[in-house]
Order: sequence, then C-alpha cells, then structure tokens
Amino acid sequence: MEQAPPDPERQLQPAPLEPLGSPDAGLGAAVGKEAEGAGEESSGVDTKIEISVSEAEKRTGRNAMNMQETYTAYLIETRSVEHTDGQSVLTDSLWRRYSEFELLRSYLLVYYPHIVVPPLPEKRAEFVWHKLSADNMDPDFVERRRIGLENFLLRIASHPILCRDKIFYLFLTQEGNWKETVNETGFQLKADSRLKALNATFRVKNPDKRFTDLKHYSDELQSVISHLLRVRARVADRLYGVYKVHGNYGRVFSEWSAIEKEMGDGLQSAGHHMDVYASSIDDILEDEEHYADQLKEYLFYAEALRAVCRKHELMQYDLEMAAQDLASKKQQCEELVTGTVRTFSLKGMTTKLFGQETPEQREARIKVLEEQINEGEQQLKSKNLEGREFVKNAWADIERFKEQKNRDLKEALISYAVMQISMCKKGIQVWTNAKECFSKM
Amino acid sequence: MEGERRASQAPSSGLPAGGANGESPGGGAPFPGSSGSSALLQAEVLDLDEDEDDLEVFSKDASLMDMNSFSPMMPTSPLSMINQIKFEDEPDLKDLFITVDEPESHVTTIETFITYRIITKTSRGEFDSSEFEVRRRYQDFLWLKGKLEEAHPTLIIPPLPEKFIVKGMVERFNDDFIETRRKALHKFLNRIADHPTLTFNEDFKIFLTAQAWQGPGLLSRMGQTVRAVASSMRGVKNRPEEFMEMNNFIELFSQKINLIDKISQRIYKEEREYFDEMKEYGPIHILWSASEEDLVDTLKDVASCIDRCCKATEKRMSGLSEALLPVVHEYVLYSEMLMGVMKRRDQIQAELDSKVEVLTYKKADTDLLPEEIGKLEDKVECANNALKADWERWKQNMQNDIKLAFTDMAEENIHYYEQCLATWESFLTSQTNLHLEEASEDKP
Repeated sequence: MEQAPPDPERQLQPAPLEPLGSPDAGLGAAVGKEAEGAGEESSGVDTKIEISVSEAEKRTGRNAMNMQETYTAYLIETRSVEHTDGQSVLTDSLWRRYSEFELLRSYLLVYYPHIVVPPLPEKRAEFVWHKLSADNMDPDFVERRRIGLENFLLRIASHPILCRDKIFYLFLTQEGNWKETVNETGFQLKADSRLKALNATFRVKNPDKRFTDLKHYSDELQSVISHLLRVRARVADRLYGVYKVHGNYGRVFSEWSAIEKEMGDGLQSAGHHMDVYASSIDDILEDEEHYADQLKEYLFYAEALRAVCRKHELMQYDLEMAAQDLASKKQQCEELVTGTVRTFSLKGMTTKLFGQETPEQREARIKVLEEQINEGEQQLKSKNLEGREFVKNAWADIERFKEQKNRDLKEALISYAVMQISMCKKGIQVWTNAKECFSKM
Repeated sequence: MEGERRASQAPSSGLPAGGANGESPGGGAPFPGSSGSSALLQAEVLDLDEDEDDLEVFSKDASLMDMNSFSPMMPTSPLSMINQIKFEDEPDLKDLFITVDEPESHVTTIETFITYRIITKTSRGEFDSSEFEVRRRYQDFLWLKGKLEEAHPTLIIPPLPEKFIVKGMVERFNDDFIETRRKALHKFLNRIADHPTLTFNEDFKIFLTAQAWQGPGLLSRMGQTVRAVASSMRGVKNRPEEFMEMNNFIELFSQKINLIDKISQRIYKEEREYFDEMKEYGPIHILWSASEEDLVDTLKDVASCIDRCCKATEKRMSGLSEALLPVVHEYVLYSEMLMGVMKRRDQIQAELDSKVEVLTYKKADTDLLPEEIGKLEDKVECANNALKADWERWKQNMQNDIKLAFTDMAEENIHYYEQCLATWESFLTSQTNLHLEEASEDKP
C-alpha cells in the first residue's frame, strides 16, 4: 500500500492480529481466480460476450397468493462476439422481472461480502419533479429502468470476480428454474442477520480505521447526492415552468396578429417560435433525467460500500469475541492450575460453599479447558487470517471501485455540461429567430 | 392644432434605468426629414446609446443634489435627456424636458403620502423661466389627467399608473411599488409633453410650474365626476364605420394585451423561483467536493458555472422587469383609456343625435335647435377628427413600443443564453485540456 498523505480513505493502519489462513472463498459458488484488470464483459471463456436488456413488456400473471398482478418483464439478450470478425451471435435470450434481479443481487451480496456489489436501479421513482409521474408503469420510468438494469448487468459482467459467478451465468442463460437453483444454494441461511450486524457495529472495539472512514465517506456521499438530486428536481420543475409559460405567448400572438395589419406577420411567426421554445424543454429535461440516474447509481453504491464495512465490523467483532473468550478460558485454566482464585466465578462460589472439589475433578476440568484453549487458538488463527484476507480483498475492490467512481462521476459532470451547452444553443437559436420576427413587425 | 402629425419611427428607450437600446433607429422606417440639425442629433443619440455612464447616472435618484446649481451629476444638455424620454416626435422639435424623481414621504396627522419631485426644463417662450422644480403627489396627477380629459375628450390621454395594486401588496409604500410608480409617472408626463396637442395645455403648464399648489382635493374629485358621467352607457346607433372598426380593434387589443400582461408577469415569477432554486444548486457541489479528493476541481468548477448562470438569470429577470413589463402594463392601462375615449366620442355624437331626433319628430320649440345642432355638428366633427388623428399616432407608437419591448426581451434571452453557453464551454475546454494532459502522462 502506498504512503499517501493523510486521507480518510487510504490511511494505513496495521491490522491488530497476525495473518494466517485461507480467504473466505465463495461458499459453493463457482469462483475463479481474480482476472487481471477489469476486462470488458469477459466470461470464463475467451470470446467476449455482450449483454443487453433490449425490451420491456407489461405482463399480467398470478402471484404467490394467486391474485392477479401486473408487472413488467425485461428481455435479456446475450451475444457472443468472435474476436476475429467481430460478428455477434445471439446465444441466449430470456425474460426476467425486477424481483429476479433483486434475487440475483441478494445472492451476490451473501457470497461476495468483500465486493462492492453494483446496485439496482430504484424500485420506485424518487426525486421526481412534478411532471414526471411516480408511477412504476409509466413508460418513461420503465424505459429508464430498462437502461438501469442493463447497466447493472454490465457492471457485473465487467467485474473481474463477479463475472465468473455461475449463478450470474445462469441468470443470463437458464430461463426456467433459475430461482430454484439460486434458492438451492441456501444463501439465505448464510446471510448475516441484520441484528447481528447491528450489534457488531455498536460493540466492535478495533475496526480497521480505513473502514470506519469509508463508512463516513459513504454516509456523506449518500447525503450530498440526495440533497443534490432533490434540488435538481426542484430546479427542473421551475425551469419547466419558465419554458411552458412562454408557450402562451404563441397562442396570444397568433390571435392578436389577426387584428394587426403591419405587425400581424411578425407577431404570428414570433408566436410560432415561442411555441418551439416552450416545447423544447421536454427533451431537455428527459436528457437531464439520465444524468440524474447516473448520480442515483452512486447514491445506491453508498449502501453497497456500507455493506462491505458492516461485514468487516462483523468479522472483526467475531474475532474480538473469540479472542476475549480464549483469554478468559486461559485465565480460568491458570487459576485452576495455580489454585488461586482471582476472578469471581460460580464454580469458585460453589466451591467455597460446598467444599473443594477433588483433585481428579480439577484435573478433568483443566484438561477440558486445555482442549478448548487449543481449539480456540486454532479458530482465532483462522479467523485472523480470514479477517486479514477479507480486508485485503475488500480493499482491493474498494480501490477498483474508487477509480470507477471517479471516472464515472467526472464523465457524468461533463455530460451535464454538454447538456447545458446544447440547451443554450437551442435557446440562442429560438430567440434569435424570435427577435428577427419582432424586428420585422 | 389637430391636423395630421407625421409619425416618426424614432428609437425609444423603455425606461430611465439604462434601457436596453439594442435596436438602432434604422429598425423601422427611415427617419422622416433630414435637415442638417436632425441628422446631427441622430448621430449623437446613437453615441449616447452606447455611453452607459450617462444613462446610469441619470437614472439614480439623485436625492443629495442641490437643485439650484447645475451639479455635474445632472445632465444639463437636452441631448443627454433624449434617451430618458420616449421619442415620439422629431428630435429637433423637442423643447420640453421633464423628469420625475426623489420620492419623499410626508407624514401628517391625517395621512401619510408620497410626493415626487418634478423638474422641467424648457426653452419655450410661454414659460416664465427655463427651469422649474415642483413637488406633486399622486392625487395631483389624477387632477391633471382629469383636466386633460375634460379639455380633450376624444384625445388619447396617456394612462396613469394604478392607484394601488391590491394583489400581493402589504404596505402601500414599499420601495418597489414606489419605484415602479415613479417611472410610470415620469412616462406619463413625458408622453403628454410629446403629444402635439396636449403639450400646450394650460393645466399641464400649471401642473409643471405652480409653486403655490393648494392640493387639488375638490378639483380632482370633480374631474372624476366628469368621467363618471361620460362612462354612463348610451346606445350608439350611428357610430361611423371607421369608429366601429376602431372599437373592435380596441376590444380585441384590450383582451390580448391583458393576456400578455398576465403571461409576462407569470414568466417573471417563474424566473424568480427558478433563480431562487438555482442559488442553492451550486453550493451543493462545493459541499460535495469536500469529500471527494479526485473530483475537487471538477466539482468546484461546476459550482462556479452554475453560479455564473445564476447571475445571468438575475440579469435576465431585471431586464424583463425594466423593458417588457412596464411597457406591456402601460398598454393595458392604455386599452382601458381607449375604451373611455370611445365612450366619450359616442356620447358627443349621442348629444347631436338626440337633438336631431327632437328636431325631426317633436317639432316643439325648434327655433333655437338648428343653431344648436349646427354647433353640435361642429363639435362632433372636431371630436372625430381629433380622435382619428390621435388614433393613427397612438397606433404607430404602440407598434414601436411593443416591437421594441419584445425585441428587448429577445435580446435579454439571447444574451442570457450566450453567457451561459460561454461559461459551460470554457468548463468543457478546461476539462478536456486536463484530460489530454493526463492522457499524455499515462502509459498506454
């Protein structure tokens, strides 16, 4: 790790315990070794694959409670591209609904706790400005969600580790029974309980400072992006108002031109330009919505970051508890061996009350404890190793994530500027035309 | 006196406060006449258009000035005042210059009111001096208007700003209201000064010059009574064709201009709300930059772009409120005015018609009637001619004013978008340059 200047995200902190043991590999999942660099959409095989969510369709069906429901299904198409001639062949195509995407993500979260798992696009429309409907069935929302789901799959496919996951592969290829396959992995059982995680967060004593800082960062990121999206929505609302009111000029100018002899033509054509101006805002704001979606992705990524931090805290807490437990057992053993009772224990009390135990009894107890201590030491060693592996791997992915984030956000901000420029150019054009009409009046 | 006056298409600045004179005088028809002096004046007018300082200085409420001396702040040459005053006639005939400024609050036991200082400069012989300074309150303007309407019932008298605007007004005398009113009063007096007939009205002269001013009180109320009578409805059977057309036009125009007034006010309101939200938008990016080491510069640059666009919006708003809104609103008031004029004309005609009826059908006491009728016929003819001439003049001015106001609005918008475009383009360039620098440093 580099010796960077003080930076909350990268500060070096030696781990408290010694490294040993094997990494917490995916349990039962087909995990290959880390690929070098994030190859674009590379699968376990050498040909590239292209993934697209190409269509969205409204469907009706019956849900688990046999009630009729409406939902949207998305068509996922996978193509393999030959290196040599660049031709693409459709290899798989199937329909999935949003809940299946959620299932995939939940699975990935359990089996890859050290990875910053890409987030899904929002389930319900939030940060809407008034004209946009918050209705999930609204075609614009569905369209944006389609793009978001495609983006989600592409992110996984371009992740060096996640792209090799078998369940992910099946998601793209196994139409029927995929859900059963996922559930058969039993991942739900392996998921850490929310309560346990919360408990760990409060009680852990020595988490790696980098993770603590990362948590703070993700909180800040979430807060600032939410704020930005809220204000952006309000600004969009106002801008919409300004443009649309100008449309009224079009109507009135047109009516007025009927009674004006000299001014008539100028008024009429100026009015037309006012209409053009008013209607131009729809496309402008539609584009801006895509920008907002880019920001939203990183808003949701904040939660993914926090998930990794939580896992670390949990592991660390586990480790601390195990160490504590071991220490207390050692102490007990020592006391038994030396005969001194330094700590209060129930056994000690009962001994005092009911008389000393026999030497044989004591020996037995010491033996048990020594076994437990041995076991405990082994476990501690392996937990330690797990912890260090986790930190190493997680941190590697976090670095990868940071690079991605910086690239993406910068690109998004630049695209925002490009949108503004386009809006300004349109504005100049319309008003120049209008001015010409006015000056001819 | 009431003959035809050539309407000129001279440039007219909207209002005192640095009016956006984007269009050259050549925008419409060429200048009528080209005597040597008027051409010279035209050139100087153009120069002054570009000289911001004169306009700025002149629009300030120069409340600390001593009026007895010609202080440097006060433009002394009539030429510099040309841009202040709406240009309606040929420049070389202008000999009366009026400004309205310095609103002052007066508190008495009975009431609180505002007076405005009115400065008149003139070279006319009939005025005793070349410069006058008086103080008048709104009531006094009402009196003047009433007198003018009495004396010239079928001339188009310029409108006065409203007594008060009920909607959204908490106090009667908030600063914006006073400033808007001051500008409108300034315009009112100058329009009268530019009117070929009204400018020579005796009451107008008294208004501008009388120091010992009783306060109209009774008189203004009388003026209103005259108007009240005039507005009583009388069926007009024999309205001539051209006045029918005029009436139709006025009705439609009134509808449209009212709508445009509402639309324009609404646009201003929306722009203001947009501005308020934008003010918050930029700073969030600065906040964000505090937690992003690699994006600090980009985020800060975005924030500064947004702030600059914000300022441009503010400028656009103020341009709107200075160039477009007052003009449109004045014509809303004008349209009401015009309806009054039509009614008065109709009434004069009605007088004649009823007398003619008496003569035709009643045959009683008809000795004096022919003479009376003769007088009334003259009266009607005079009234109609006056109105016709003034109508043409008014229409011409209206077209110029509206054209200019909307052209200004278009200018403001173009300028706004150009500024924003420049801001974002320079951001983009700086980002691309950075990117190229970084790319050249990276290993392939």
